[in-house]
Amino acid sequence: MNDESKPLSRRLVPYWLMGPGLIWLVLFFVIPLYFMLRLSLESGTLETGFEFTWDWANYSDGWDRYSEQFFRSFLYAGTATVIALIIAYPLAYAIAFRGGRWKNALLFAVVAPFFTTYLIRTIAWTTILSDDGVVVDVLKTFGILGENGKVLATPSAVIAGITYNFLPFMVLPIYASLERLDPRLIEAAKDLYSSSRAAFVKVTLPLSAPGIVAGTLLTFIPAAGDYINATFLGSTNTSMVGNAIQSLYLSLRDYPTAAAMSFILMAVILIIVLIYIRFAGSEALMGDEEEAT
Amino acid sequence: MTRAWGWLRYHAVSIWAALAIAYLLIPIALIAVFSFNDPEGKFNYTWSGFTTKYWGDAFAIPDLNDAFLTSLRLAALATIIATILGTMIAIALVRHQFHGRRAANFLIVIPMATPEVVIGASLLSMFLIYGISLGFFSLLLAHVMFSISFVVIVVRSRLIGFDRRLEEAARDLGATPLTTFRTVTLPLLTPGLVGAALLAFALSIDDFVISNFTSGTTVTFPLYIFGAAQRGIPVQVYVIATMLFVVTVAAMVFVTWQQRRAEKMAEVRADDDETGLSALASGKEPISPAGSAA
Repeated sequence: MNDESKPLSRRLVPYWLMGPGLIWLVLFFVIPLYFMLRLSLESGTLETGFEFTWDWANYSDGWDRYSEQFFRSFLYAGTATVIALIIAYPLAYAIAFRGGRWKNALLFAVVAPFFTTYLIRTIAWTTILSDDGVVVDVLKTFGILGENGKVLATPSAVIAGITYNFLPFMVLPIYASLERLDPRLIEAAKDLYSSSRAAFVKVTLPLSAPGIVAGTLLTFIPAAGDYINATFLGSTNTSMVGNAIQSLYLSLRDYPTAAAMSFILMAVILIIVLIYIRFAGSEALMGDEEEAT
Repeated sequence: MTRAWGWLRYHAVSIWAALAIAYLLIPIALIAVFSFNDPEGKFNYTWSGFTTKYWGDAFAIPDLNDAFLTSLRLAALATIIATILGTMIAIALVRHQFHGRRAANFLIVIPMATPEVVIGASLLSMFLIYGISLGFFSLLLAHVMFSISFVVIVVRSRLIGFDRRLEEAARDLGATPLTTFRTVTLPLLTPGLVGAALLAFALSIDDFVISNFTSGTTVTFPLYIFGAAQRGIPVQVYVIATMLFVVTVAAMVFVTWQQRRAEKMAEVRADDDETGLSALASGKEPISPAGSAA
């Protein structure tokens, strides 16, 4: 460590630089989590007031009452993540290797949805998927959907909306990892008589794995907590855990249960992410940290 | 037959990509098209005739105007604060060695890996316990918080690709640290800063979930849309959304163009390093970074 030799005032510079921003994050991210934890262990009602009583029952109650929504959230988010990956990988591949001078325009098209308001984007899907819309017509023509079939207010519509809204988060990291890939490695594989398919499976795919891991996490995490798509494209039978937390907090004002459920959501996501990282390798998350050091 | 099959096999990826791009763009096109719709009922969901009257009356709904102005004001303030704080963190992370880097990195990444509903709910918990009244101020605190991490990521990637020899050259030529920062560092960093600021602005003006928890009675543009959805969204919302899209896209294109120009001006980047060193090694010309930048 050569920084030990520098005068103290120089060594403090990074802390002064980071201080205000990190303090902001501590005050409005970390400390609120502490207060939510405290709230999740309080008992009482809005009328009688809440009191801190180590009331762990909030957790079991929340889970029991809303286990269906929890299950649905992870099912929808998982399905949407898999579909997004299937759509995104060839897209990222085409932009990285076949994009040519259109590369920037294509990347731009990928992030274009971010420049329209999230809510309106989702509401636009209600028009596309509406009962007398094109999608339903086509599906009926091909007999995939029955005469009285509908897409809106079904799980498919919610999953389609989630997939759409988080697709850019999947495309960008995969693109970034493919872009960094040295094309000479693929040429080398082919020079060594590997078929295109073998070269893809043994060289391209493993080298783009960090992008896939990052993309899946960036899609899955917000998707699991999302409730906009379920609100606009679903029905009461497709409500997700986000819907439950939102209504418990803002309508029913059952703060302790709502807080407990937020923690369960966070904990389950954390467990899934940790298992996934253990399984898929941690390079994707640590990768860009090493760049900085 | 086999040739057609071969063509299809090679181009399958491109065709798939084209379909995916269409999937991404269709809802946006639909929003633009429906801003010219003349709906019969209250709901702007089915096409029933072309009109430009809602573009003419874009700002005819006072509540919508108020909400949109609130969003603009909020996004502008949140962007300024988050860009300054985030840039300072990025500079510390890239330019300085210090203990606790891991903790700092963790603190920056973790808000991005937390579902918005959890962030919103926890902020509301704290505001409730402290009795902080909800409104523009609490929204601002929240928006700055969730924007900082994104600013750090964007500016940091810009700083990593930054050629420090340009600064050294300025210092060698007698510039003070402040002059160096003002005339070399800042201009080269500007495209990255503007990109980060644009991202923060887009995040703030688009946020619904966290705002829903921390707004109290203050209404932002997304909150207005949510409230209006039950009774039918006025066509003006589509008009304003289209305007917002066009303006941010124009800004984005402008920034990309500026970034290219800045990169051209500072051609000595990591990729060119090899040629620079080999030229130096072969003794052909004693190039200096400043020389080739000019």
